[in-house]
Amino acid sequence: MDRDGGRPGEWVEVRIVLLEPGERAPSLPDDTARTPLEARVHGFLERHANVGEVAAVTTVLGRRVAGTLVRVQPAPGHSFGRPVPELLAIGSELRARLRGSDGADV
Amino acid sequence: MGRRAAIIERAVGLDYGAFEHGRLAFDYEALIATAGYDLDEVRSIQREVGVGDTPLLELRNLTRLARRLAPPGKGARIFLKDEAANPSGSFKARRAALAIHEAKRRGYRGVIAATSGNYGAAVASQAAIRGLDCIILQEVFDSAGRGQPEILEKGRACEAYGAEVWQLTVGPELFWALLLLLEETGYFSASLYTPHAVVGIETLGWEVGTEVRERCGRAPDAVVITHAGGGNVTGTARGLLEAGCDETQIVGVSVDLRGLRMDSDHDFNRKSFTTGHTGFGVPFLANPDRVDVPRNAARPLRYLDRYVTVTQGEVFYMTEALAQLEGLERGPAGNTSLAAAFVLAQEADADQIVVVQETEYTGAGKHPTAQLTFARELGVEIRRAHPRENVPGAVIAIPRSPEEIGVENWDLDDVRRSFLRRAAGDAPLASLAKEDLDFLATEVKAPVGTVKRWLEDADRAPHF
Repeated sequence: MDRDGGRPGEWVEVRIVLLEPGERAPSLPDDTARTPLEARVHGFLERHANVGEVAAVTTVLGRRVAGTLVRVQPAPGHSFGRPVPELLAIGSELRARLRGSDGADV
Repeated sequence: MGRRAAIIERAVGLDYGAFEHGRLAFDYEALIATAGYDLDEVRSIQREVGVGDTPLLELRNLTRLARRLAPPGKGARIFLKDEAANPSGSFKARRAALAIHEAKRRGYRGVIAATSGNYGAAVASQAAIRGLDCIILQEVFDSAGRGQPEILEKGRACEAYGAEVWQLTVGPELFWALLLLLEETGYFSASLYTPHAVVGIETLGWEVGTEVRERCGRAPDAVVITHAGGGNVTGTARGLLEAGCDETQIVGVSVDLRGLRMDSDHDFNRKSFTTGHTGFGVPFLANPDRVDVPRNAARPLRYLDRYVTVTQGEVFYMTEALAQLEGLERGPAGNTSLAAAFVLAQEADADQIVVVQETEYTGAGKHPTAQLTFARELGVEIRRAHPRENVPGAVIAIPRSPEEIGVENWDLDDVRRSFLRRAAGDAPLASLAKEDLDFLATEVKAPVGTVKRWLEDADRAPHF
């Protein structure tokens, strides 16, 4: 459920900038050094806020964390993906290999 | 720096200086002993929380397959230690059980761990059982906000166990963020590298050695262990020794991700394995003391007999084989050692025994279909091809037949020499006392005479 704003007490995700590009660890590759170090934390919204606004949440431990509201009722987003053709044939190939000259099944 | 040491010491409760002696030696066994538990006590603590005593399964169909590929008389029996059966689904529960028991015993109110791996969920699960607060920090996203599916799943699991989770973008500053939270909360640092984290795994090795002996009438000939930070190899090897298996070959294996930078925003999501790979495995072999504590209790070079690598495609293939031929659906990262064991079994005699030391649970995000779909979305090419066509970050070659599965052997002597050069630093050989040399010999599992020779060679080599 990606809405524009969250209600007090709603489960949301906030983003916190921990380090700006100029503040990062030395000897990072350029692509990483150019980006800020950010953290995302989930918690219960303190008061109404819109996505993109500063907001404070109470985490599951009862701690207060402030950041920018990014998502309301955030879904983790991972799944089983899609079927992978390169894997689909392996099972039957191996079963065929195991069927010996005696015709015994796996 | 002083502040960092103070934070760590308070969070871990150990004075590492007490173990140092000689010019560069330290008393490793004394450090391990600070864990304060013998094997029976560890087993008792783990049993209390349902950890350990996991099934040892014989993979009869994969053994048959290996024998069809191998020369006559070859094809060892392959056994699998099903660590996915632990609460939270991996062997990491063994480490977490001890670390969290210790945190509770010492009166900490909460625990923190910085890990993108299964250890996070293990810590969260154990904290839930012991009634402690838990914060887990993970490295999850690239700068485009794409989360590695496997790590997203682990974050979800941590939340399911009641932990507060901090999901960071790519970068080594994860450790700095850990320090900030430790300072703010005063929680216990459930480090992967303190003695407890290693001692907790000894029961795994002990169980393998003991059960193989009981069921097969002989000790395991080889135990194949996924290697990243070194705790897995160290703990398992020590446990096998405790079970009297001093002839068992200890084989470490990592997924080959050479060419990818672990701290690169671009490379981060172009790998399908977030642990158990050369990005950790190789640096940690040569320099274990690169972690959040001054002396790493995980010291794999003390125990390894052989080190090999496998490609991502080979591990995905074997994950499919395990499900389709043995009816066991397990996470790919946990099958790294299975891929190597399948090859090693073909080299060994048919009456010998090779043990795959772990499995991990699987599900959304972790499954090969999830990982390969994600890889494809990021432009990684996937095809059926010989493993030599694997290019980390660019091509994942799924073997066309089981014959194509192989391992790349690493010269452990090269690694040992590298370790010694770093450990000895600028100290010339002549300045090292007997205690230093004995220490170094133990650190790299080589005779003192060989260590001296290697150090002499290093002394004579030009310095740049």
